[in-house]
Amino acid sequence: MGGGVEVAAESRVLELYERFVSKKFLFIAGTLLLIVVLVGVAVTLGSANITVGQAYAAVVEATLEKLEAAVNAMMLGRLELHFAPDFDVPSKYEKIVCDIRLPRVFMALVVGAALALAGTVMQAILRNPLASPFTIGISSAAGFGAALAIILGVSLTRSTIWIVAGNAFVFAVLDALLIYGISRMKGATPETMILAGVAFMYLWSGMTSFLQYVGEAHAVQEALIWMFGDLTKATWLKLGVTSLIAAACIPYLVLKAWDLNVLMLGDETAKSLGVDAGRVRLASMLFASLLTAGAVCFVGTIGFVGLVAPHIVRMIIGGDHRFLLPASALFGAALLLACDTAARTVLAPVILPVGILTSFMGVPLFLYLILRRRREYW
Amino acid sequence: MVTATGEHEGKIGRMKLRIRGVTFSYGSIPALNDVSIEVEASEVLGIVGPNGAGKSTLLRCINRILKPQRGAVLLDGADVSEMSMLEVARRMGYVPQNSPMVFPTTVFDVVLMGRRPHLSWRCSADDVKKVLEVLKALRIEDLAMRDFTELSGGQQQKVLIARALAQEPEVLLLDEPTSNLDVRHQLEVMELLRTLADEKKLVVVMAIHDLNLAARFADKIVMLNAGRIFAAGKPADVLTPKNISKVYGVDAVVSEVSGKPFILPLKPV
Repeated sequence: MGGGVEVAAESRVLELYERFVSKKFLFIAGTLLLIVVLVGVAVTLGSANITVGQAYAAVVEATLEKLEAAVNAMMLGRLELHFAPDFDVPSKYEKIVCDIRLPRVFMALVVGAALALAGTVMQAILRNPLASPFTIGISSAAGFGAALAIILGVSLTRSTIWIVAGNAFVFAVLDALLIYGISRMKGATPETMILAGVAFMYLWSGMTSFLQYVGEAHAVQEALIWMFGDLTKATWLKLGVTSLIAAACIPYLVLKAWDLNVLMLGDETAKSLGVDAGRVRLASMLFASLLTAGAVCFVGTIGFVGLVAPHIVRMIIGGDHRFLLPASALFGAALLLACDTAARTVLAPVILPVGILTSFMGVPLFLYLILRRRREYW
Repeated sequence: MVTATGEHEGKIGRMKLRIRGVTFSYGSIPALNDVSIEVEASEVLGIVGPNGAGKSTLLRCINRILKPQRGAVLLDGADVSEMSMLEVARRMGYVPQNSPMVFPTTVFDVVLMGRRPHLSWRCSADDVKKVLEVLKALRIEDLAMRDFTELSGGQQQKVLIARALAQEPEVLLLDEPTSNLDVRHQLEVMELLRTLADEKKLVVVMAIHDLNLAARFADKIVMLNAGRIFAAGKPADVLTPKNISKVYGVDAVVSEVSGKPFILPLKPV
């Protein structure tokens, strides 16, 4: 009978869908595993002869120690916790791992995740495959903020590093607020945001060029180097600040996963599904920008991770943001850590700024994606 | 209440969509002027009229995407403008003229988006089941795992209708559902809408350019001209040579084919 055939077809579709969902979970689990492996590789590689076993032991020990210190600091001495284990790692290696390699590794993970997540959100709300965390001018604004502090300030002493980072952050957020204001006035459409973003991008880079023209040579050079995007100066404290900003932004974006899905159908359809398209777009833009600002203010502009990671993940697991957001974040983290590890080792003992390497690795990857595309989109 | 269809007269308690004196203008440009319409469950209403007559604007006003400056849209007596966006979304589905989908997404996921007004962050087995039912009803199960952006215009239109049906609406609004389709797909989509109205007791309101399709599948026709209702009623009463000439500025012959008016436009006046 026809009924039997129909039921069979229905259960077949269900089976395909469930397989698709398990593929997404599998991808997320696989990326997590990849990160664990990459952390081991990144900590082991370097001039000191640390074994893989020692590296992992030191990672666990150092991470828990830092966590213990942070928790105890928040308890204000009312309660002292001791949960960090003490593995038998030579203290020399422990110090290298804890003070030098680990903050850098974790910074790569957090910044990579933040940029990839922000890129995914920007592509969704601007409905544009070319959108990235920097589309609305965040990186140029941060660059200008940093250049302002470096060129008009003194040289980079310990305290001015924080002034530079703070300035970069403030200008990045200012840029986002300006775009927000214009979009509120002229309608929160993707077109308005992209056009306003491009305009501000030129404004910030123009002002940066002016600073470079009038600035002193060594300060100009420092400002240029800042913009390359480099994880060398990562510390536990900076890592903490960036992580806190990310922790404040991510929940909203993940909660709005359905609204981001619906936005892809167009604003009218989104509204007919009960989603206030303009409001979701504006709020998501602010959170994504804040996330980006928190990531770039310490390490400079690291390109391509935020553009490429969402595309690669979308190709593999599809466009449902409930899965796409976490998967992109994890993949971006892995990608940046891989790039940074390569940046530390390809020309060792010279350490390249990771921002240069992501462009080198990102452009061919992106061109490959464009050339193999079967249709208009890829 | 005597309805235009004649067939369903006398039944009471059916869902009713009433549009009362809706007036809307974009800034200083008037788009709709004092439009009043009444449709009931199981009826298909065709809105016809030349470009810029206000067809799409009317649909958007019904759906609360736009807020009329005057007048009201009542769903079973309840004012739509007093409902939350989500409440409207649970009762009315809307299929726009085109969907600017940029990123590859499976058909299943597109239809699942129609469950947005009903679901929390996680989607339940029930939501998945609803999607399966809708796919089956529209006979597009075999497209379920295909990429929406790779489908033909006719297939995309069906998927978008499926998405609106997954909302489980009482009212289905469609903006030019046949505009990009070949003859076969036009008929398929129109027959589908007719079936949905008859079997699922939906109110179907469609803006449509093709007068012959409107004549054949709609119970009622509203002819808009420059934001006003020029004529309303049964297809045979509205789609007359005189009305077509006045509203479209076109000489037309109207004959009868299997009990429905058949319109052959001849030349611009």
